[in-house]
Amino acid sequence: MMKYKPLIFRLLENDKGGKYFIAILLLLMIVVPTCNLLIPESSVFYISTYVVTLLGKYLTYALLAISLDLVWGYLGILSLGHGAFFGLGGYAMGMYLMRQIGDRGVYGNPILPDFMVFLDYKELPWFWHGFDQFWLAMLMVFIVPGLLAFVFGWLAFRSRVTGVYLSIITQALTYALMLAFFRNDLGFGGNNGLTDFKEILGFDLQSDYTRNALFVCSAIAVALGYFICRFIVDSRLGSLITAIRDSEGRVRALGYRDEYIKLFVFVVSAMLAGVAGALYVPQVGIINPGEFSPINSIEMVIWVAMGGRGTLYGAALGAIVVNFAKTYFTAAAPEVWLFMLGGLFVVVTLFLPHGIIGAIKKISAMKSKKTKASVEAQKLNISN
Amino acid sequence: MNGVSVSFDGFKAINNLSLYVKKNELRSIIGPNGAGKTTMMDIITGKTRPDEGRVIYDDMVDLISMSEAEIANLGIGRKFQKPTVFEHHSVYENLKLALEGRRKVFENLFFKLTSEDDDKIQEVLNTIALQEHYKRDAGELSHGQKQWLEIGMLLMQNPKLLLVDEPVAGMTKQESEHTAELLTSLAEKHSVVVVEHDMEFVRSLANRVTVLHQGSVLAEGDMDSVQNNQKVIEVYLGE
Amino acid sequence: MKRLLTLSMFGLLFLNGLLANSLGAAEIKSDIDVMQSSFKLFSSKSFKDKTTAINSIADSGNPIAITVLEALLDGKLYYHKKNKDIIVIQDIGSKSYDLKNPITNFSLGEKTSKQLKKEYKKVGINNKLRGVLNEKLAALTIFSDDKKIRLSAARNMLKNPSSSTVDVLRKAVLQEKDAEVKELMSVCVAAADALSDDVETQLRAVNSLSGSLYPEIRLLLEDLNTKYTENSNVDKRILPAVQSALDSTKLKTGFYKQLENIFFGLSLGSVLLLAAVGLAITFGVMGVINMAHGEMLMLGAYTTFVIQQIMPNSIEYSLFVAIPAAFIVTGLIGIGIERGVIRFLYGRPLETLLATFGISLILQQAVRSVFSPLNRSVITPEWMSGSYEFNPALSLTYNRMYIVLFALLVLVGLMLLLKKTAFGLQMRAVTQNRNMAKAMGIRTGWVDSLTFGLGSGIAGIGGVALSQLTNVGPNLGQAYIVDSFMVVVFGGVGNLWGTFVGAMSLGVANKFLEPYAGAVLAKILVLIFIILFIQKYPRGMFALKGRLADN
Repeated sequence: MMKYKPLIFRLLENDKGGKYFIAILLLLMIVVPTCNLLIPESSVFYISTYVVTLLGKYLTYALLAISLDLVWGYLGILSLGHGAFFGLGGYAMGMYLMRQIGDRGVYGNPILPDFMVFLDYKELPWFWHGFDQFWLAMLMVFIVPGLLAFVFGWLAFRSRVTGVYLSIITQALTYALMLAFFRNDLGFGGNNGLTDFKEILGFDLQSDYTRNALFVCSAIAVALGYFICRFIVDSRLGSLITAIRDSEGRVRALGYRDEYIKLFVFVVSAMLAGVAGALYVPQVGIINPGEFSPINSIEMVIWVAMGGRGTLYGAALGAIVVNFAKTYFTAAAPEVWLFMLGGLFVVVTLFLPHGIIGAIKKISAMKSKKTKASVEAQKLNISN
Repeated sequence: MNGVSVSFDGFKAINNLSLYVKKNELRSIIGPNGAGKTTMMDIITGKTRPDEGRVIYDDMVDLISMSEAEIANLGIGRKFQKPTVFEHHSVYENLKLALEGRRKVFENLFFKLTSEDDDKIQEVLNTIALQEHYKRDAGELSHGQKQWLEIGMLLMQNPKLLLVDEPVAGMTKQESEHTAELLTSLAEKHSVVVVEHDMEFVRSLANRVTVLHQGSVLAEGDMDSVQNNQKVIEVYLGE
Repeated sequence: MKRLLTLSMFGLLFLNGLLANSLGAAEIKSDIDVMQSSFKLFSSKSFKDKTTAINSIADSGNPIAITVLEALLDGKLYYHKKNKDIIVIQDIGSKSYDLKNPITNFSLGEKTSKQLKKEYKKVGINNKLRGVLNEKLAALTIFSDDKKIRLSAARNMLKNPSSSTVDVLRKAVLQEKDAEVKELMSVCVAAADALSDDVETQLRAVNSLSGSLYPEIRLLLEDLNTKYTENSNVDKRILPAVQSALDSTKLKTGFYKQLENIFFGLSLGSVLLLAAVGLAITFGVMGVINMAHGEMLMLGAYTTFVIQQIMPNSIEYSLFVAIPAAFIVTGLIGIGIERGVIRFLYGRPLETLLATFGISLILQQAVRSVFSPLNRSVITPEWMSGSYEFNPALSLTYNRMYIVLFALLVLVGLMLLLKKTAFGLQMRAVTQNRNMAKAMGIRTGWVDSLTFGLGSGIAGIGGVALSQLTNVGPNLGQAYIVDSFMVVVFGGVGNLWGTFVGAMSLGVANKFLEPYAGAVLAKILVLIFIILFIQKYPRGMFALKGRLADN
């Protein structure tokens, strides 16, 4: 523990935005459960469990956005298929939660989940074995998205598929997965996905305490994910990653295997996205093939663009802002929301190429210039 | 390089080209546009695969089947025609990335700069006269400074063979004289192949010159003999 | 529309009458006398009288006999309660009927079912009469002078070969001159013989049916096969004969099934071609991917819908209006997108991708708000519906044939545009080297806009074609966009030939895999194939090579 502390401080040393980000996360971790569990419902400071879960969901999106920013903002690969990794992580968690239901399902089968009984499965498919063990499921949350990213990345980066081509192929990847998961005979519940979860590690998923615990876990995961990414981008490898984004040919001419570097970053990012998916599922209570739909994946990109790519915390901010707006508008005026989302894509790319964070930085830079100028002007006045 | 050919969509960019460069030799390559100079460099560095022929390095290593990174790690460094540096990185960072060795992913993830590394970088900064600019982003440098930075990155790699494509394009007379000195001094320890259009610059290098035309060697010799070669005059001046 | 149809039908009938007249007025007159006297018998209660009437009408051999007997069989023949006149009724919907004189075919006015029942009575028949009628009708139609009537009669008999009709058929085969009809008739006879009790007849029939393409024959053979496999106490030669006939039939129909698959694949490929070709040229010229391209398909389809709403009386010509309209509408929208958004993102292809995706969301929602989120159906004109039957196992629908043809025409037109016009030359110049083109004085911004408009416009007319295959809804474009991308990735960029080969091979591959793997799995397999394919050819099948292609 002692060994890591200084590292964390060192990572935040030159990272002003990161300091604020981590501070806000810490604050949330304390304030939100307190306001939900300790403050009476009648108080103005009370936060309902619904809001706690909603915030928890936003945090998992924030982690997903950070993972996407690592590959897009730093490595320059626009992945339109990160929903695939998110979804796979979610399915791994969902399978564990399904097995936890045990004989409390509608059909009361102690081994087979309800949908399998319904579809006349005689025994558990081989890939469902072991998912009653939490540790194995958690391992799979990392391994399955990581493995997919590894195989896909290995094929794509080795043959130097880049730019728009790569984006389109990642989109095809998640599209193919969506089609596959919609099929009943794949063994993941088809159209309906996995749902009706009861408990996690023996804790009731509906209880306020579990919900708050999941919220805190999400916040911790976001912070850890942030530090991992920050550590990577601050290292010499991080320099190389941005160097690949700017001039791939030069990196190769220097003797680096750019495909391995890309592969490493892609796999790390996929695993983080998988973790985000795994935390998302117990909070929203369902995972279905819709998570793989191409539009979901492309929506994630706009979170990152909106917040400001290449900053990590900007991506997280974007995820929260856009999803807050989505929650509000889909309830208040569902027709307007799609117009807004579409407009957001256009406006952000045209007028906010560096997102909210970029705009803030620009404004503060202008301000400091102005204050400098005014200070100098005053000096002149005085000397006159 | 022996009997190398490559064609793009039926157009023969390199046609049965053979070229031999000795150790610690400084060789200039000239030729009109489309003679295949840059394509030749692409083939040596593994960027383009030839249709036929062999490229032998260090008397025994066949470069044809190797990847760009493998070839670079054998000690072949290249400066591109268009100066290619990491524009969003500082000059110092550019040189740091070019440091010899440590090319694996995890070595870079846990990389720590040693004082020797720093010394090496300072030394190269001196050589390329960029010590005052080490903190600036490479993108802010002038065209000539970028060219030098790129040569400096080659030096950091400590290669045995340097392929230098049009090093003095966009340089002032003074800068280009400095570059000529730099390349000549480099040839004491390394083999250097220079591709250039600027005849005066090539003359100032005072070395062996190869003339390429339509993908194969037209003439070879010192600058004077090449310039008086009837075929070369025809190619440059037209029939 | 309906009026047009009935009008043309009247015309035909009239012509028929004229022809008959010219053949010999005297003969027809005597036929009519026979009929009119027979008609009187229909009002009789005795079935014997009716049988006599049927026989004498049938024996006249006059085409009118077919109309009358068919009407009788269908319960559409009525007689007037008082003057015993015979009429044929025709259902025109909402419980009203059109009354006609069977001989002159003139309309006697419309009546509701209540009025009808008040004045007229139906000519009743029993099962025995029905048998007689079937037989007489078969004989009448099978000996008809009209080839079409003979063909359809034989086809009907094939569905239900009975001994009584087959006897008529045997005579007909001998008289038949037309090869096509004769072949069908002998198949009918053989089908009946295949069920015969005489082993030799049966054997001969089964052997002659070997390789027949009619689905009815295949069913018959399959029935025989199961029957004889279970039941071993029949002649030993029968089962092998049935089996070999069945195998040969299966092989042949399988072959035609594959042909049909190829055709389906080509028609899917044609739609993909229309969708992808615009994508490929904009990507080739400007290096940007237009995610709103699918919506151009959708808007083209909606334009067709709107045009049909505007001109409901001339649906036949609506497509000819819709094609240029869709081209102009989507082309202008495309130019608008280029001028308004893409121009500012030049050199940032990934951002362009995002911005155009935003536009696609806006367009979809706009259509949802204007036209409702429900699917709209576009009417297929008469000349495009139906199918052409090459043989009983292979018939191709006209709409798909027209779409293949149309896609090829568009492709050829586009090639000519690129190769022969100044604009095409400039476009190709910009594709190959933008900076050089600019230096030569080509207004690259102008070329970009027009290219984008052209690409969008072609997608728009692709939408018109698509509206003839599926329902039109706001998500129409989404369904095709990923596939179109795959075509571009597969075929390479900036090369129409590549797009063509890419679209067609993806279309055919999809349709070929479908029977084995199901539609969804087929799609997944194709996607996986493409992901692997670009390992080997990262820039598609027909990519530009050389140093320039790297930039």
